Amino acid sequence: MNMLTEAAVEKAVDQKMNTIPYKMIGQDVSVYYGEKRALFDVKLNIRENTVTALIGPSGCGKSTFLRSLNRMNDTIDNCRVTGKITLDGEDIYDPDIDVVELRARVGMVFQKPNPFPKTIYENVAYGPRIHGLARSKADMDQIVELSLQRAGLWNEVKDRVHEAGTGLSGGQQQRLCIARAVAVSPEVILMDEPCSALDPIATAKVEELIHELRENYTIVIVTHSMQQAARVSQRTAMFHLGNLVEENDTDKMFTNPDDPRTQDYIMGRFG
Amino acid sequence: MTDIVSPVQGVVVSKAPERRDIGLKRRYAAERRFRAYGIAAISFGLIFLAILLTSIISKGYTAFQQTAITLPIEFSEKVLDPNNKRAADPSVLVAANYPVLIRDAMIKALNLNASSRPDVRDATAMVSKGAPIQLRDMVVADPSLIGKTVNVTLLADANIDSANKGQIDLKVDEKNRKVNDKQLGWMNQLAESGALHKKFNTGLFVNGNSSRPEAAGLGVALIGSLYLMLIVLVLALPIGVAASIYLEEFAPKNKLTDLIEVNINNLAAVPSIVYGLLGLAVFINFAGLPRSASLVGGLVLTLMTLPTIIIATRAALRAVPPSIRAAALGLGASKMQMVFHHVLPLAMPGILTGTIIGLAHALGETAPLLLIGMVAFVANAPATPMEPSTALPVQVYMWANEAERAFVERTSGAIIVLLLFLIVMNFGAILLRRRFERRW
Repeated sequence: MNMLTEAAVEKAVDQKMNTIPYKMIGQDVSVYYGEKRALFDVKLNIRENTVTALIGPSGCGKSTFLRSLNRMNDTIDNCRVTGKITLDGEDIYDPDIDVVELRARVGMVFQKPNPFPKTIYENVAYGPRIHGLARSKADMDQIVELSLQRAGLWNEVKDRVHEAGTGLSGGQQQRLCIARAVAVSPEVILMDEPCSALDPIATAKVEELIHELRENYTIVIVTHSMQQAARVSQRTAMFHLGNLVEENDTDKMFTNPDDPRTQDYIMGRFG
Repeated sequence: MTDIVSPVQGVVVSKAPERRDIGLKRRYAAERRFRAYGIAAISFGLIFLAILLTSIISKGYTAFQQTAITLPIEFSEKVLDPNNKRAADPSVLVAANYPVLIRDAMIKALNLNASSRPDVRDATAMVSKGAPIQLRDMVVADPSLIGKTVNVTLLADANIDSANKGQIDLKVDEKNRKVNDKQLGWMNQLAESGALHKKFNTGLFVNGNSSRPEAAGLGVALIGSLYLMLIVLVLALPIGVAASIYLEEFAPKNKLTDLIEVNINNLAAVPSIVYGLLGLAVFINFAGLPRSASLVGGLVLTLMTLPTIIIATRAALRAVPPSIRAAALGLGASKMQMVFHHVLPLAMPGILTGTIIGLAHALGETAPLLLIGMVAFVANAPATPMEPSTALPVQVYMWANEAERAFVERTSGAIIVLLLFLIVMNFGAILLRRRFERRW
């Protein structure tokens, strides 16, 4: 019965979104922090140029899953990832894959705005510089301007790009971090609760930005806000206690979820 | 307070309930007590600092002045080169009888009877025994002086210097004094005529060590300490910072690195004399480096300073917020780029502070230098770190062991110089810190 439902769901999903290819594929992804297992065989695929929201109560493993998509978990001692995650069909945990290159392709925006304590310009220019993306100063100026424009920050800071990035407001700092991530032209942008430290107005701006970024980038966003997931994403995945409970179209997820736990969580009955 | 008195007319105010005593008085009293303890502790420290500084400065400030006697010296050819052989054999001028020049000049200046030998001896003793060497150097450098009479400023003997500064108790019986009444009279006579006067003691900063206090200076010790500081800075800073970066950012966290960390912390607490023994065994006996050389001293102090620098640097690195590391890594920076572009610049103020504290510690260190022979009597300035040298704190130690009255003020003077060095270094640390923090 259970098998049948899953198959049916997958079929329905495929019928609706089958034109969109998978950018990243996660197969039986498990993550261990030392002895503790944080993720249990998660099977979650990320579609190209789509916003995928990861929701679930605190400690359910959604951030852990997000961080395994660009191997940021590598930086944590005794963290171990098993299973398989591919980017454009290539296994990103393959020993031949360079983690530096992977992170240039899969960028990340963090929960708390974390601009470098440098100027706005230097913040954005840093990524392109280390990857050698700009051939000249004019090139770099253009990349910086374009990235700031994409992050919707250009008009606010164009007169003071050589001032400290840490002097901006929280929302501006977060958009600066998005500009910084965009500047290295990644294919996928991972966002770990990007609005949790922002006020509603700044949040609205970032959400608007996510909408626009979807045209060029594949976005995976972790959020605690159901409304935000509903507003920005096309696909939603619900995590609970390290398991993937359900993955579905956002519309369906918030109106008629397949799993009763999703229903309960969305209605605020637990979590 | 049973009556409810409303401050606003016609408004009923709720009645304050009986509240349990929550010990506010006791809590505030405790806080006041704690503050008083703190102030007491700080005042205690400040009082001792004040006592220390007053004692050193009051004893030492006179060391920066020195009594000198300006005498018209007749460079008589009859005395210096009676046979007129200097053109053929310049060594005649080196071996000539210079004390006679001073004796004659003193006899003239004080109108003494040249045949009264004790008087002449006492008068000549008022001038430093280093003065003939000064005259010799003048003549050797410029033989045309011979036959002329030139006013030369000579150092007074240390005892006259002490007497002139009022440091000799004149109530003591003349026989038990280093300066007799006659000499005091002559001293006053010369002082009135302006021949005897105080001048700034440049010799203190230029001269090497000497058994004659009036000629003893910190020159060698200053150069030695400078070499030591340079060697420690050049070796300990890069090694210490590199070791910390490796341990903190790159090394796997396992039993071995834990062991290393514990040992580094322990090394910071090892008595410095042990490092001296180590230096003696390794650098001098095994590696065959020269004794008393500032190179060996620098190496020993480097070993001693390394743990301090490593601990400070690791603390500074650890204090860099993890979000900055995550941001750099998330952009695809390699670990090396993350460390050198972001973490290290942010940790720089802490690293510099730690380094300068370590250097200041090394500057004041005496014990290990004693063991590697830097406690030697060195009169000539070392040209390279391979030559024998002393260091400031060692010079203080050596002078403190001397018996002459004039060395007391020099000891304190040397301590003042050492403290000034430390103050300058700490000030430098503050400036560097400010500079780097400005750059965020």
